[in-house]
Formats: sequence, structure tokens, C-alpha cells
Amino acid sequence: MASFWPLIRLLPKKTNFTYVKFAGFAAVLSILAVAASIVSMFTGGFRANPIEIYQQAEGAPLARVGAILEHGFNLGIDFRGGTSILIEAPGPIDQEALRALGRTAQDGDVEVQGTTCRPVNGPPYCAILNFETAPDQSATVEEIRAGLGGVAQGARIANVDSVSAKVSEELFSGGLIALGLAILLMLVYIWFRFEWQFGLGGVLALFHDVILTLGMFSIFRLEFTLTIIAALLTIVGYSMNDTVVVFDRIRENLRKYKKMPLGELIDLSLNETLSRTIITGCTALFALIGLYFIGGEALSGFALAMIFGIVIGTYSSLYVAAPAILIWGVKRGREGGEARGAPQTAG
Amino acid sequence: MLQVARWRIILVAVVTVLGLAFAFPNFLPQSARDNLPGFLPRQGINLGLDLQGGSQLLLEIDRAAMQRQQLDNVADQMAAVLRDAEPAIRYTGRGVVDDAARVRLVDPTQMEAARRLLRPLSLSSTGGAEILTFTEGEDGLIEARITPTHMRELSRQAAQQSIEVIRRRIDPTGTSEVTIVRQGDERIVVQAPGVSDPEMLKDRIGQTALMTFHMVREMSPEEAAAGRLPPGTMLVQPYPGGRGSGPEVVERRARFTGERLVRANPSTDGQTGEFVLSFQLDSQGTTLFCRITREFTGQRFAILLDNQVLTAPTINEPICGGTGQISGGFTAQTANELAVMLRAGALPVPLTVIDERTVDASLGQDAINSGTTASIIAGVVTFVFMVLAYGLFGVFACIALVVNFVLLIGAMSAVGAALTLPGIAGLILTIAMAVDANVIIYERMREEAQAGRSPALSIDAGFARAMITIIDANLTTILAALILFQFGAGPVRGFAWTLSIGVITSVFSAVLVTQLLIAWWFRIARPKQMPI
Repeated sequence: MASFWPLIRLLPKKTNFTYVKFAGFAAVLSILAVAASIVSMFTGGFRANPIEIYQQAEGAPLARVGAILEHGFNLGIDFRGGTSILIEAPGPIDQEALRALGRTAQDGDVEVQGTTCRPVNGPPYCAILNFETAPDQSATVEEIRAGLGGVAQGARIANVDSVSAKVSEELFSGGLIALGLAILLMLVYIWFRFEWQFGLGGVLALFHDVILTLGMFSIFRLEFTLTIIAALLTIVGYSMNDTVVVFDRIRENLRKYKKMPLGELIDLSLNETLSRTIITGCTALFALIGLYFIGGEALSGFALAMIFGIVIGTYSSLYVAAPAILIWGVKRGREGGEARGAPQTAG
Repeated sequence: MLQVARWRIILVAVVTVLGLAFAFPNFLPQSARDNLPGFLPRQGINLGLDLQGGSQLLLEIDRAAMQRQQLDNVADQMAAVLRDAEPAIRYTGRGVVDDAARVRLVDPTQMEAARRLLRPLSLSSTGGAEILTFTEGEDGLIEARITPTHMRELSRQAAQQSIEVIRRRIDPTGTSEVTIVRQGDERIVVQAPGVSDPEMLKDRIGQTALMTFHMVREMSPEEAAAGRLPPGTMLVQPYPGGRGSGPEVVERRARFTGERLVRANPSTDGQTGEFVLSFQLDSQGTTLFCRITREFTGQRFAILLDNQVLTAPTINEPICGGTGQISGGFTAQTANELAVMLRAGALPVPLTVIDERTVDASLGQDAINSGTTASIIAGVVTFVFMVLAYGLFGVFACIALVVNFVLLIGAMSAVGAALTLPGIAGLILTIAMAVDANVIIYERMREEAQAGRSPALSIDAGFARAMITIIDANLTTILAALILFQFGAGPVRGFAWTLSIGVITSVFSAVLVTQLLIAWWFRIARPKQMPI
């Protein structure tokens, strides 16, 4: 009666992709990408010399390493401290005049960014004025407000963010702690629910995903904000979700096919779950792509991080987490009180 | 086969109806919302500051100032204990250096007696917890330091008191729905939705508003600036915007403080017509003020606000009626502001603004609009995708998705969780992820059907075997959300809320709602073949 469903079938009923065969190649690719990401984080997207930064930085060695990492990202106001003022205008904004206005309002570093306005409903022209430090924010903002007429007709201040260095440091360390803790908790959870080999495989995949996403932000100098930390943690959640589904199937198949070599068994499990992996990944991706184009400037960074994270997270479930189990092998055959089989190693 | 327990049916029905009840006010205009009958929830989702527009200030207690203030007290207490002892123990050099209050015994051999006398000071009056540690130096030097635990406790108390004072200061302005909460031991968050200019808030909050009355030492400012000040006096500057009086040399000790004020109102002076502040004192204050003004008739006294001279009039006659006027060149507005401050009381410690954010309301509205558009697109894409992939069962998944969305909105309205900008992102992601459980279940059913089982068995087995996976997969996401909630600030916390509520509602709707729908369909259609 309803035999013409499904209308679309993304895959043949049964797939026989061999993942494990390419695991070695994927491993090399992953290691190279991770290495590039880490190098980028230390060199500010291959733009700066970490040794110079270290030598110029002041304070204890640890703080100097921190300075290197700060250069590694295009940190937003949340993490850098300072004041950021968003200006909107119905006509073009004279950026030079704005910079001059900023200089008279306050000593110290002033930075003007022309920025794409939010595509929906917003006025056509925007600019962001950033101050490194903000000793007296109110007076500065008032002065800017007073001088805006000379920058563009009808310009107004739409948004002011001012974060002290103390708060920004706390936000930064808080974010990193959260990320670390999330990964640790996942390790423990999987360890309890599965076996330690699975836990390590899963965490390896998580590190892989997080480092590559951080690497992308570093290489392309995308603004790194508090929201991006939220995105990273969501990526951790998604990637783990994906990995757990695969692991569940591997565990089940381990009980079902006691004699099958581990490599083959992993391939089988990945094929069996592939359909789900693709469908869930696609719906999430479509939604996020919509968010990226329509969600406006404020959400585009989040959406971009998530899109990248989902692609990488799916890849890592297939090519990092599952094959990683091969490295250590798994104990098998405890179900049903059978004698313990010899640990299998393959690959 | 395919029996659904009655409690499940009831559970699904009750939860869905509740979800609808809490969700639907969000889709009504405000006017319709106000007219809802009382048993229905009226408030919609609580919008975060970033979506509503408004200002947020993060204030921090000036710990250094607080410590100094406390140590000053401790030094006074130590001196008093030694002075009042029988026989009195003589000391010199009472003072505060860095993080310690200190006195120096004139006769170091009296150290043992002094130690015994000072001992009770180190314990708190209530719990007996140690609040001070004493160290003894050479030559009879005794230093007292506040223990870190007590310091934290003091910060917390000061923050709590400050919240009360700030609330009293802000409330009379009619600014609606300002939330003031303590964060950690020594921070206070003030959120004012709809206020696009935080200056008023900062002016109100930034002042300590401690009013003190000091006797003036007559000497010319030049003399004061050049020569050394007499002991026990200080040079104070005029209050900005105040009138007339220049810098004054006053006694360091306040004869009288603003705590004794029971009322403060702006008014106009009958003779000059200028704006003044009239005040009334409590009974104790009246007696004290009467005694002081009698003793010093003919001399000048200075009224200081936060150590700046408001005015320094001459006392013409004793003032014993308990009321008075302060003239300081006020305008109607400054007199009013000052009255509000004085009524609200002084902050226990100075506060500094360490974080300030202002979001324009139009910016927030834009974010909501684009978020809504993105959500709708995410929903439609998911619908189409699911129906194409699973046919009728895809429709069931879509119904479950709608239930999920309603529950999510309802739950967020009920809990009062704030929806923030990243929260919208979380919402969209939840929509996309909500079908994950359905996909896992349906894929299982397909497999079972392909293995040659009957539709009923396939469906049963599909649900049963998918459950473990679904639980494992979603628990991990909840873990991530919990961590976000613990460590996140502001908008990120909002995201964590949305994410965790979303995970729970999506599992509920994907598993229970879908199961119900499939069971009903099965009973009616009696299929011979799986439709997926």
C-alpha cells in the first residue's frame, strides 16, 4: 500500500563501505590538520612569531605563554576587555572621522571596523569602534555620542559593551575550564557505559573536533566570543552523541558476532548506522546553514562554528573514534558467562 | 502486540495539554494576554536582555576599601580594650598598615596581659568562628589581620546590604522590572530591561551617599594647602555642582552621620526661594544634634556627602526640633536625587562598575525576527526531509516535532528561563536534533523489517532496541549543557537552559508521542508490510 516510500533514499539498502581500510590515511590527515591548528594557535594564524611574543610579554612564564595564545585568536571584547561601541547610520559612515573622534574621546588604542550590518531590517551602514581600555566609559561614550553628527548623518549608538580586564580573564579561564570539564565528564560517562577503550576513542575524537574548530577560528581570524565557547560545547555534545550511537552498535555487534574480526565488525557497525548519521547530520546542517544566512551577524559566528563542528564531528565518529578502538583492542565474550576470549587486535 | 499502557497515554495527553497552555500566551498580543482568565498562565517567555534591549551593570565591592574600613574598626577596638583595662595598658602607634591593624605597647613586658585581653576580639560574637589572627612583633607590636573566611563573609554581607540599598534607590524612579542579584561573594548584577542609557543607573548606584557632619577648623585654604594641617583634621573639596563654599579644613571625626535621618525631602526655602533639602532626625539624633549645636553655637559646621562639602553654614542657635534644611545650590532635580539617596541610606562599601553592556531595543527586536525566520526555515526543512525519507512515519515524526516545539516553549515560559540570542541558536539546533531519536527508531524498524520480521514485531523491536542508544546519546548532551550552565555567564547560560530543556522534551516527544501515534495507526490500518 505504501510501498513507494521512501521517496528519497540517500543510500542503497545495504552499504558496504570499508572505513577501517582508510583509517591509516585518515589518521595521517587528521594528525596533519590537528598539527596545523595547533601551530596556528601559537602563531596567530601563521601571522606572528611566538618567540617574539614570548620575549615581549611581561610576567611569569605561564602568563607569557598565555600571551601567545591570546595572539592566536581574534578575541572579542568578552575575552580581551575594553569597550566596543556599535554605530548605525542610514548613510555611509566616514571611518576616518570616526577614528579621529575616537582618538579625541580617549587616549590609547582605538580601532575602527567597518562591518556588514545585519541583513534583515537593519539600517544599511554600521561601524564598530573598539577601545583597548576603558578607564571612564561613561564620559567616553557621551563624547562619542555628541560627536556622531560629524561622522554620518543620523548616526546613533546601537550597542555598548564594556568589559574590564578582570572579568574578561575570568570569562576566558571559565570557558576553558568548562570545555575541559565537559570532555572529562564524557570520558568518565563512556568509560562507565562501555569500556575504557571506547572512552579513549571518544575523547580522542572530541579533542580532534575541538582543536580543529579552534584551528579554523585561528587561521581565518574569526572573532572568538563567549558564544563561540557555547558553540564548542555544543559541538562536543553533538560529536559525542554521534559517537555514542556508533559505539552502541559496535557493542551490540560485539555480542552478536563473537568471532568476527574487530576491523570488519567496526565496518559493519558504521555501515548499519550510516543512514542515521547522514539524516541527522543533514537536518542539523540545513538548519544551521539557514541560521548562518538569515540569523544575522550576531548568530553567524555561532552557526559557522557549529556547521564546521558537525562536519568534523561526523567525520571523527567514523574515522577517529571507531578506528581508535582498534589500537587498543576490546575484551570480548564476557556476555553469557563464556570464557574470556583473547584480546583481539587488528589493523 | 503494540499495546501502549494507559498511564503512557494519560501522561502524553496531560503533558501536551499543559505545554499548550503554557506556550500559547506567547502567540497572543499583550492586550489579549491581559484578558486571559486567571487560571491560565499569562506571562510569555522571559526575554534575555540581549533580545529585549536594555542595560546591564556588573558591580564589584571595593574590597580594598572594605578591608581598610574594617581594619580601622579593629584598631579602634584594640585601643579601646587596652585603654579600658584595669590597670590600663599604655600603647602608641594605633593605626592600619597594609592588611593589618596595629598597636604598639609602651611596655613590652605587658604583652601577656594584652594578649589575654585582646583574645576575645578574635572570635566572632555569634558563632565563635575565628575572625582575626594576631601576630606579635618586636618592641610590643601587636598586629591583627582579618581571616580570609571572615573577609569573604563580610563581602557577602556587604553585597547583600548593597542590594537592598540599590533597590531602594532605583525603585522610586519607576524603572520597571530592574533585577538586582548577588553573583558570587562580592559582585552584584543589575539588569534594567528597556533602559538604553545606563548613566542614570550608574549615577544612582555609584555614589556611596554617606552623609556626615563635621566641625570646621577656620583657616584660609592657602594656609591649609601650604602649611601642615592640624592633627585630626582633613582638607575636603566642595561637592561638584554645589554652590559657594570652597575647600574646607574639617575635623576628621564625624560628629553626626546620615544614619540618624528618618526623612529627607526636596523643598524650597521660604525666604530665598532656592531648592533645599529638608530632613528630619530620629529621637536619638534629635537629642544629639541639639547638644552639638548648643555646644558649638557661633561656629561653622560642614555637611559632607561622600567626603565632599555640600555646605558649611554657621550655627546661629541650637537646633532642637529635630528638623533642618541643607542648602547646597541645588536644582529641583539634584535636590530630589539627593533626597532619594539619603532615604535609601549609604552603601556599606564603595562599588565599582566592572562590566557594562547596553543593547539597543531595535537590535534585540531584529535578532528575534531573524531568529524566528531561521527557526521556521529549520522546521520546514526538517519536515520536508522527514516526510520524504519516511513517508507516513515521517509525518508522525513531524507531529512529534511540533509537540516538542510546543513543550519547549511551554517549559521555558513556565520555568521563567530567559531566552537569549544564543538560546535562539540552541532552539534551532534542538529542532534539527529532535528528529534524531525518531531517525534512530525508524532505522531500527527498517532493519528489523528487512530481516524478515512482521510489522508489529519490527515496530516493537525498533522502539525497544533504540531506547538504549537514545538514552546514551542524549545523556551526553545533557552533561555538556549542565557544564555550560555551571560555568557560563549570561547569554551562554540561557543557551544551556534551552539546550537541556530541548533534550528532555525531544526525547519525550520522539519516544512517547511517536509510539502512541504509531500504535493508533497500527490498530486502524493493520498493515501486512512495513511502510518504511
